[in-house]
Amino acid sequence: MTRYGLLAEFPDEDGLKEAAERVRDEGFRRWDCFSPYPVHGLDRAMGLKDTRLPWVVLSGGILGAGTAILMQWWMNAIDYPFVIGGKPLFSIPAQIPIAFELTVLFASIFCVLALLAFNRMPRFHHPAFRSARFRRVTTDRFFLLVEAADPRFDAVRTADLLGSLGASHVEWLED
Amino acid sequence: MSARPLTRPPRHPLDNTSDDPRHRAPLILGHDLASVTEKVAALVEQKKPPRAWYIAFAIACSGTLLLLAMITYLFSTGVGVWGLNIPGGWGFDIINFVFWVGIGHAGTLISAILFLFRQTWRTSINRFAEAMTIFAVICALIFPGIHIGRWWFAYWLFPYPNQMHMWPNFRSPLLWDVFAVSTYFTVSLIFWYVGMIPDLATIRDRAKTKLRYFVYGTLSLGWTGSNRHWQNYERAYLLLAALATPLVLSVHSVVSFDFAVSVLPGWHTTIFPPYFVAGAIFSGFAMVVMLAIPARQFFGLKDVITLRHIENMNKIILATGSMVGYAYMVEFFIAWYSGNTFESFTFVNRAFGPYAWAYWIMVTCNVITPQLFWSKRIRTTPLATMIVVVFVNVGMWFERFVIIVTSLHRDYLPSSWGYYRPSWVEWCTLAGSFGLFFTLFLLFIRFIPMVAMSEVKGVMVAHAHGAGADQGTPAKAADA
Repeated sequence: MTRYGLLAEFPDEDGLKEAAERVRDEGFRRWDCFSPYPVHGLDRAMGLKDTRLPWVVLSGGILGAGTAILMQWWMNAIDYPFVIGGKPLFSIPAQIPIAFELTVLFASIFCVLALLAFNRMPRFHHPAFRSARFRRVTTDRFFLLVEAADPRFDAVRTADLLGSLGASHVEWLED
Repeated sequence: MSARPLTRPPRHPLDNTSDDPRHRAPLILGHDLASVTEKVAALVEQKKPPRAWYIAFAIACSGTLLLLAMITYLFSTGVGVWGLNIPGGWGFDIINFVFWVGIGHAGTLISAILFLFRQTWRTSINRFAEAMTIFAVICALIFPGIHIGRWWFAYWLFPYPNQMHMWPNFRSPLLWDVFAVSTYFTVSLIFWYVGMIPDLATIRDRAKTKLRYFVYGTLSLGWTGSNRHWQNYERAYLLLAALATPLVLSVHSVVSFDFAVSVLPGWHTTIFPPYFVAGAIFSGFAMVVMLAIPARQFFGLKDVITLRHIENMNKIILATGSMVGYAYMVEFFIAWYSGNTFESFTFVNRAFGPYAWAYWIMVTCNVITPQLFWSKRIRTTPLATMIVVVFVNVGMWFERFVIIVTSLHRDYLPSSWGYYRPSWVEWCTLAGSFGLFFTLFLLFIRFIPMVAMSEVKGVMVAHAHGAGADQGTPAKAADA
């Protein structure tokens, strides 16, 4: 068994936010905060960069619109020319509804796939799941985890740091 | 003259419907983070649901069996078991399809549009409104599938390479419908599931049995509540809401194109898309209220789904109901103003012809009953609300009946006029679709947390900080 990291518990979101700011300023890189709901301002307190997820969604939308237009053009005007009421074989207004639907469909599917990929989910095991206290993270507790793999991690000094930040409990996680 | 008090005093401790602008009325009554989880998760974890659940489930399952029996009868015998004729080629099949798709709209409206408008009160009701959307769309999708006569060729609706070297006609609104409704179902399902992941993790973390830990653990995909995950999650949720918002407005617009793009008087009108969307939201909210009132009653959720939630939904019913009433008037005006003989005949025939009974049921239920919601007392009394929303649902079903049946039964040539009379099979199929809907809904409230706990918690904290409705925005400036 190797040591995975230190898990500190905080009673409320303000405590977590202040602690996150300190840990960020100390220069740690492999660490994370855990909370039952998204805590406002925590992204900044942790110094997180903005997510790139919207770009994936945008490309999904463009791909969807392009697919729809090309599909309708090729199927109804090229591969099987379909004359309906003497109208042109290909005309944009009639293709808009399906283009719109596929834009939304592709963008949404890309969105959820990007969410899973960026979060590396599904991941059914996490060292924190071994902690009995951590089971309340989805109810009402707030946690901060610093991984032992972080270059600035030091068994004694990091534990002291977390203790001094107002954590109500600090424990070691085994991997 | 004595000064009238600004607001009436609360009628009981759970009344949070005060309009006094000096105080922010609470959204959730007397809860902290842990007690919200306790309350909502306990509903999933309890060994036995209340007796009312079993009774309701037995009735709903009988309905589902009735639906299966009717579909089997239809498939084994043919569409002749329905009362369709020429000119009445569309009957209960399409009426029920449009009705159920419309019901679904409220769920997406609550989850997506109210989210974008920062209406934090949505958090107590969005989960089961979204569930209702999914189940309503499932009910809706059955009808186009079974009404096509040769149902074993239903897959011809989709563009797929085939031995006939043929492609579907992309100019047909019926094909747009296939894309619109299937996209709507997929996106609603994604939205619902993504919103549920943190709450499924809550049930996992509280699990006392191996089975429950395994099932909810699998469904929650290993959610830890990590802030690096929350960051992507919140952005994904916002974008899904932004995508679902135009989608929900487009779905019923496309459904209305099925009618509006034809040349039949009574169908061929440009008002159809907005009119259908308003009607859909109207009927959908009525259904949400109809489900919310018994749910909060029997599962003791009166402090989470509060009177204020009911009142707000009733206000939306009043607004959309008035829009629908206005649309009825405009249709008549245009029928007269167009100077088109066929058009004006259709509308006079609608109100005073053989189907006048259906028309006046529709007007009574849709235009007159929702006006009762101008009274605050009725808006905030669950029983009275329940009666009104049942009327609204009946009325909206009749609206589709009126639009479809009265336009078809007398078109241009009097020699081809007819009268459509639904058969018992159609009535039983309609009843059965309600059975399926309630079966799915009852299973949902038994096994899935019916209130979005993580969202409610976020809103509670925001309220406590006095910053109000800014869920989803990064970093509030200077918390008090």
